[in-house]
Amino acid sequence: MRTANSALRSKDLLGIEQLSPEDITLILDTAEGFKEVSERPVKKVPALRGQLVINLFMEASTRTRVSFEIAEKRLSADTLNFAASGSSVEKGETLIDTAENLMAMHPDMIVIRHKYPGAPKMLAERLPASIINAGDGGHEHPTQALLDAFTIRERLGRLQGVNVSIIGDIAHSRVVRSNIHLLTKMKANVTIAGPPTLIPMDIERMGVRVVHSLQQAIQGADVIMMLRIQLERQGKLTFPSLREYYNTFGLTPERLRGAKEGVIVMHPGPMNRGVEIASDVADGPWSVILEQVTNGVAVRMAVLYLLGGAHMGGE
Amino acid sequence: MNLLITNGRVIDPSQELDGKLDVLIEDGRIARVDRKIRADVEAFDADGLVVTPGFIDLHTHLREPGQEHKETIATGTRAAVAGGYTAVCAMANTIPPNDERAVTEMIIAEAARNGSCRVYPVGAVSKGLKGEELAELADLRGAGCVAVSDDGKPVWNAQLMRRALEYASMLDMPVVVHEEDAHLNEGGVMHEGYYSTLLGLAGIPAASEETLVARDVILAQLTRAHLHIAHLSTAGAVESVRAARSAGVNVTCEAAPHHIALLDEAVQSFSTNLKMNPPLRSSEHRKALLAGIADGTIDVIATDHAPHHFDEKNVEFDLAPFGVIGLETAFSVCYDRLVRSKVIDLPRLVELLSCAPARVFRLPGGTLQAGSLGDVTVIDLDAPYTVAAPFVSKASNSAFLGEKLRGRAVATIVGGRIRFDLRAPAAEPQPKKAPKKHKR
Repeated sequence: MRTANSALRSKDLLGIEQLSPEDITLILDTAEGFKEVSERPVKKVPALRGQLVINLFMEASTRTRVSFEIAEKRLSADTLNFAASGSSVEKGETLIDTAENLMAMHPDMIVIRHKYPGAPKMLAERLPASIINAGDGGHEHPTQALLDAFTIRERLGRLQGVNVSIIGDIAHSRVVRSNIHLLTKMKANVTIAGPPTLIPMDIERMGVRVVHSLQQAIQGADVIMMLRIQLERQGKLTFPSLREYYNTFGLTPERLRGAKEGVIVMHPGPMNRGVEIASDVADGPWSVILEQVTNGVAVRMAVLYLLGGAHMGGE
Repeated sequence: MNLLITNGRVIDPSQELDGKLDVLIEDGRIARVDRKIRADVEAFDADGLVVTPGFIDLHTHLREPGQEHKETIATGTRAAVAGGYTAVCAMANTIPPNDERAVTEMIIAEAARNGSCRVYPVGAVSKGLKGEELAELADLRGAGCVAVSDDGKPVWNAQLMRRALEYASMLDMPVVVHEEDAHLNEGGVMHEGYYSTLLGLAGIPAASEETLVARDVILAQLTRAHLHIAHLSTAGAVESVRAARSAGVNVTCEAAPHHIALLDEAVQSFSTNLKMNPPLRSSEHRKALLAGIADGTIDVIATDHAPHHFDEKNVEFDLAPFGVIGLETAFSVCYDRLVRSKVIDLPRLVELLSCAPARVFRLPGGTLQAGSLGDVTVIDLDAPYTVAAPFVSKASNSAFLGEKLRGRAVATIVGGRIRFDLRAPAAEPQPKKAPKKHKR
């Protein structure tokens, strides 16, 4: 028996787009409780005892994979890590075959990171296990947006009315899409910034303001979220050089002088120091970057718990 | 082959016929269309049905030779007659490609052996479809090709395109172009717009098609040759053709049923059966296509029937091949989206599917005039049709799976022979394996 706000309504977490503001608040509130678990001497609760969670990481990841694994262990789940390299994926097995084979061993949840948009949805439509999207191509990365929101809420006390500027490679970022969905649902004001070559078409229709100047993006922002510039995009006609990128969009202490008192700087990682963000900012008083990582565990515990709870409910 | 089709509503736009008439076919050719014909031959009662010239598809991928796991000449032409088509034009991107006489002759021979409808091969523009040097176009024409195309890819080299147009004009056949700028398209898997942004999928901009259409109508003007643009999908491309046509350029074009019917927003399902090239576009482009069909800028509806194996489509959206099947659903989809939605009337749809393709590629058929081919399509406008696998085609990658439509071809007559009759199916389609399901 569950009440309306004690579990997520869906079997899976595929993205923020499908969540309601109530779902988001439920996850963030639940995460608050779990954050405290991580501060105890014995950092473990029995919530998912006997449940098997498979971490299916088909694309490189450090932070997200480790964070999920820690979250699973702190909930007492059995965990199994699966990486594309060294697996039959290298022998040409399709994603669906890989997933069906894993499913035959009866996991309760599968956490998937994949290079291509829609891969978690493919699994969710075919498998009875709960699927958690840990990043699918340039589409969504819901737990990142949730941990970002958790961090903003913890620091600023609210999401509504907060001015968030997201700066960098908007076109190829799953983090930005999940954040836009989440922040607009929670009535924050979102500005995105970057060179026009890194801003995808019609993104204004997602309810954001678009600017092409770092100064404009910084002005009035309560939160500045820097995105990683994928080094391999240099020379692919999106910007001339890393040097020029740093000169136009790199976040430095000097440029932060134009910012609001109390502004916080976030970054989903991994950072390219000296490309999108100066070390003095990343390590400076504005930065909440490592808090984001800490909060990531609590938020993922909340998501696992809420989906695992739904699963135990026998739906 | 003799056949008398009685009591049907005969619509033949080539002679502006629309009335309750009988059609007599003798020795495989139309003998007469008249009221109450009496003849001592096999009769087909078309009471309550519509009788039209046989449909002709200018754009079919039969996949044989080389990719028989997707489709064969036998299965593709069976799918064709099941959709009311009496002739299809087989695109050149087979393996090996149809860039030489031997391949053309193989296709024609196999169609004669195992085909259910007429097959007109389309030859390659360039050797190996590589876009480097001209294929032997005169030899291909001599072997039976009715047009040339590197379809599946654009002719990127403008000089090659110019020479192809000039050379093909000597042979009285059109050059059929697939317009796409590979650089603008880099990595693209769906229409570039709000939904590609939302889904994080790489976009194929409308400009990719429009820039090449603009170039090629200029080359058609220069060479005075016949340019035929395949699967037009954007507003700008329609506008280019409209302007070129009014300037007297010899340009024709076709649109595909999926572009007429569907929008890019459907890709939110991530269904690989909605992945084709050109991609499903946004509503302003679709509106422009409908306007182009209504005002005659778009000459022909062609399916771009592109079968793929289930396994090839049962992958991540990015990894799936482009293309959807269309022969079996084309009429039903177009009747629903164009006629029932009052964009055009039924005779105009019949023209787009039969008379116009014949005229554009200078093929026999597309008319019920006495002496012409005895190719006839019989339609039931009220027949319900839920699109579902298995199809008659070997493939099931339809963009319309699950759609409930009304109106479909119920009989297809090729050269006076009934090659498809919904009321008495000739051959059982092969059962398809359903995808595996886990217990919930």
